[in-house]
Amino acid sequence: MSINATLIGQMITFALLVWFTMKYIWPPLFDSLEERRKKIAEGLAAAEKGQEDMILAEKKAKGVLKEAKEQSSEIVSLAQKRANEIVEESKELAKKEGDRLILSAKAQIDQEMQQARESLRQEVAALALSAAEQILGAEIDHGKHQDIISKVSNQLG
Amino acid sequence: MATEAHAAEGATGYIIHHLTPLHFGEGFWTLHLDTLFFSALLGGLFVWFFKSAAEKATADVPGLVQSFAEMLIEFVDTQVKDSFHGHSKLIAPLALTIFCWVFLWNFMDLFPVDIFPLIGSLMGIEYLRVVPSTDLNATFAMSISVFCLIIFYSIKIKGPWGFAKELMFQPFGPWLLPFNLLLKLVEEIAKPISLALRLFGNLYAGELIFILIALLPWYIQPALSFPWAIFHILIITLQAFIFMVLTIVYLSMAHEDH
Repeated sequence: MSINATLIGQMITFALLVWFTMKYIWPPLFDSLEERRKKIAEGLAAAEKGQEDMILAEKKAKGVLKEAKEQSSEIVSLAQKRANEIVEESKELAKKEGDRLILSAKAQIDQEMQQARESLRQEVAALALSAAEQILGAEIDHGKHQDIISKVSNQLG
Repeated sequence: MATEAHAAEGATGYIIHHLTPLHFGEGFWTLHLDTLFFSALLGGLFVWFFKSAAEKATADVPGLVQSFAEMLIEFVDTQVKDSFHGHSKLIAPLALTIFCWVFLWNFMDLFPVDIFPLIGSLMGIEYLRVVPSTDLNATFAMSISVFCLIIFYSIKIKGPWGFAKELMFQPFGPWLLPFNLLLKLVEEIAKPISLALRLFGNLYAGELIFILIALLPWYIQPALSFPWAIFHILIITLQAFIFMVLTIVYLSMAHEDH
């Protein structure tokens, strides 16, 4: 158990080992550790940001959806209104057209009735005239008795 | 498991044989070849392992070797950061080297006490002591190196005069200068001695107990050596850890300017 030159040899070995560790072992390993730590931190930050973005996007999407819903319901109600209007309009139009048709028919009927009456009157006048001729036995001069004839026919009308 | 050759010398001979290093030379210039060889071999193992991890070091998913190396690096770095405030490129690698090297030295203790001497005797080597930390030269070499670093950094950080002032005027002020000096010198010199003797004492005693267990009949040996070996796993790690932490603490004290 004596201290001897082994001590010096051991010291040299120790110094060499420390030097080697300091130069070639510690820096690369420690750097890789640091780098990984940084990478992980970045990754975590990115993940957090992604999550935040997702929440934001979800909110935005909800807003857009809501807006779209509102718009569509608006459009639907507008369309309904418009349809109602169209129906009303066409109803009105149809009614008007019907009325017009009825009116024109009535007018035509009136006109035809007038015509029929006129022709009837003329025939009756002629008939009365010929009857009167037969009764009087003489010919009635149309020129002379014009005013009588028209008076009669007016009475008939 | 005393071999035939040592049975003649008895238990004492067996123990002495196991604790005698393979030496070469005379007087101070004696070299303990086994200590030098095994510590260099273990140092090489340490350097090789970490170098191969460092070469393949990437910031991406690490491999098994890199993970293990990084685990140790982180562990040492935490210890350094806990007690050492300041910047030093040396202290963390130094602590790592000390921890791993001492641990590997101590680990040799867990091999059966007779296996390496037996292999050695087959190769014609008479004495072989494989645990470098049971050699005072090895533990003192490390602690004296640390002591030199303590002195170097004390002078470098505080300046020669600052360091001298600290030795002379603390802790009791200038009026008790000789007393201060004595106290401080003892304090400083106690550092390497306690570092070296603590490690040596623990491992020497542990090895001795393994040798004593090996002297018992074979059917009792497992009952004793198994629990002792398990306990020793704790001891060898703890001693490596203590050596490292104390080195860090001493060096951080050297860096502190009062």
